[in-house]
Amino acid sequence: MGEDRFFGSSLTILRRFLFRILAVGPIPNHIAFIMDGNRRYAKKQNLEQGAGHKAGFPALMSMLKYCYELGVKFITVYAFSIDNFKRRPEEVQYVMDLMQEKIEGLLKEESIVNQYGVRVYFVGNLKLLNEPVRVAAEKAMLATANNTNTVLLICMAYTSSDEIVHSIQNSCQEKWDQMQASKVNGACNGDICKQEKERCAIKLVDLEKHMYMGVAPDPDILIRSSGEMRLSNFLLWQSANCLLYSPSALWPEIGLRHLVWAVLNFQRNHSYLEKKKKQL
Amino acid sequence: MPSLSLHPSYVFSLRSEPLLPNAPSRLLTSVFISFTRTSRPLRVSTREPNFTEEYRNDVVNGRVAGAGAPAREDPLPEGLRRESMPRHVAVIMDGNRRWARARGLPAASGYEAGLRSLRGVVELCCRWGIRVLTVFAFSSDNWVRPKVGFSSLIFFVFGFLVRFLSVEVDFLMSLFARALRKEASNRRDIRVSLIGDSTKLPKALQKLIESVEETTKNNSRLHLVVAVSYSGQYDIVQACQSIALKVKDGLIEPEDINEFLIEKELQTNCAQLSRPDLLIRTSGELRLSNFFLWQLAYTELFFAESHWPDFGEPDFIEALRSFRQRQRRYGGQDP
Repeated sequence: MGEDRFFGSSLTILRRFLFRILAVGPIPNHIAFIMDGNRRYAKKQNLEQGAGHKAGFPALMSMLKYCYELGVKFITVYAFSIDNFKRRPEEVQYVMDLMQEKIEGLLKEESIVNQYGVRVYFVGNLKLLNEPVRVAAEKAMLATANNTNTVLLICMAYTSSDEIVHSIQNSCQEKWDQMQASKVNGACNGDICKQEKERCAIKLVDLEKHMYMGVAPDPDILIRSSGEMRLSNFLLWQSANCLLYSPSALWPEIGLRHLVWAVLNFQRNHSYLEKKKKQL
Repeated sequence: MPSLSLHPSYVFSLRSEPLLPNAPSRLLTSVFISFTRTSRPLRVSTREPNFTEEYRNDVVNGRVAGAGAPAREDPLPEGLRRESMPRHVAVIMDGNRRWARARGLPAASGYEAGLRSLRGVVELCCRWGIRVLTVFAFSSDNWVRPKVGFSSLIFFVFGFLVRFLSVEVDFLMSLFARALRKEASNRRDIRVSLIGDSTKLPKALQKLIESVEETTKNNSRLHLVVAVSYSGQYDIVQACQSIALKVKDGLIEPEDINEFLIEKELQTNCAQLSRPDLLIRTSGELRLSNFFLWQLAYTELFFAESHWPDFGEPDFIEALRSFRQRQRRYGGQDP
């Protein structure tokens, strides 16, 4: 028992030392994860249906811990896609129950939220979730609203297409209301009309303002486990210039070495990308 | 103004790092490089090139294959099956300048080699029955704002840029015409479309593009979509602006806006299949660079290590084999 603890603390010290070395170079501000491969893991380990998702949870906690220790401020995870509602109802229900249980766990004293001062956001079309999960999510967002150290964005009932549609709807609605208001406010004469037209035209910043993910900067690295090389309708808008990394490890098998590899690659490309951003 | 021109063999500048530190933009950099490294004489032609006329002549003289050419698909290479071939392939043609630099050649040679590579891939797509090929030629991010203080130099060089680009596309178009002429006996027909902010391109070029699109619009063998001055985010913004106009005119309510409506307004609506099945990016860079964001929702991504001029049939086959092995679940049940 004592040996285990000694071994554990040595690993922690080694890890912290490794992070110190990495921190000599630029550290990503925002990392996003697609937690893929839980079902394949369950099949591989001959676990029962649905147990793969449960096995993925400790992997998530470890990755969050490593990222926050490294100094990453924003982490986004793709927990449940709108497309996932197409799966078998039992599996969907299992995942919903699991998420509810884990969300409620986040608010406990010893959880990672309090350890690292994490502010939690639930990002997506929350109206599509069932009542208990939505209530738990809203409670968690409220409870962590005053935390300022780090941010965790959990994407539930999310797809990028839905986010963009929602953003366009809201932008159009906002501009429509603005236009109606300016009509009410009085007669239009020449120049003022033109200015109003300018103001009412939808621009990139308007769309970004209305995105669910507008509370965080764009991700620097997007990590998808299980070796699949696709985005699956996740952060399409925000991943315009981020590094894409797809280790072949299934999500429950993901570890520190994958994170380190991703960060090293990020550091390699960082100076070129910064130069490009300045030019724009 | 000294008389200078660029040899018509220089082709599109594609994404890669600036060769000169602190250079205001990659394209300007490539112009500087061609200045310093080429041994060919540089002269500005005073005649405004009339690409449209030349291209129309090619059509009239039967040098461009027309509609109605029967489809002829070659047998597929080892390891590929027709039912698991992608119907729409998108390519980010990256690494031309790095390829040239590695060989101690000027950037222009990199672009020429890149164009040969493109021709090869177009050829393969025709042979193997791929319906749509989208190529990312030039990003809107490549139109970098010049720094204050460079103004007069920029004006001087910008004149080049305009001619540079138009000469490049002229070359590209005449190259297509030549390639099509060459393949006339096989009666391949390619429909060409351009997506992107064409208002930034010179007028003569815009006319040429319209002419090419009009002439080839009935061709059905392969649809080649060339993205010039294109940005994925800009595409979505302009779709949104079109929709907003419809809302303003009372044609639709904001609540009626859905994915289908947006898809119709994107510039990729010119192609029957607007979403690529497979995206290939060469030269090992693991990012999308603001190309095709909405359209890549379920696209399989393939990152090739080789630079674009080296991307040939074996690399393409490898990408297609990798695509064949992908299990596409679209978030739902296991297949």
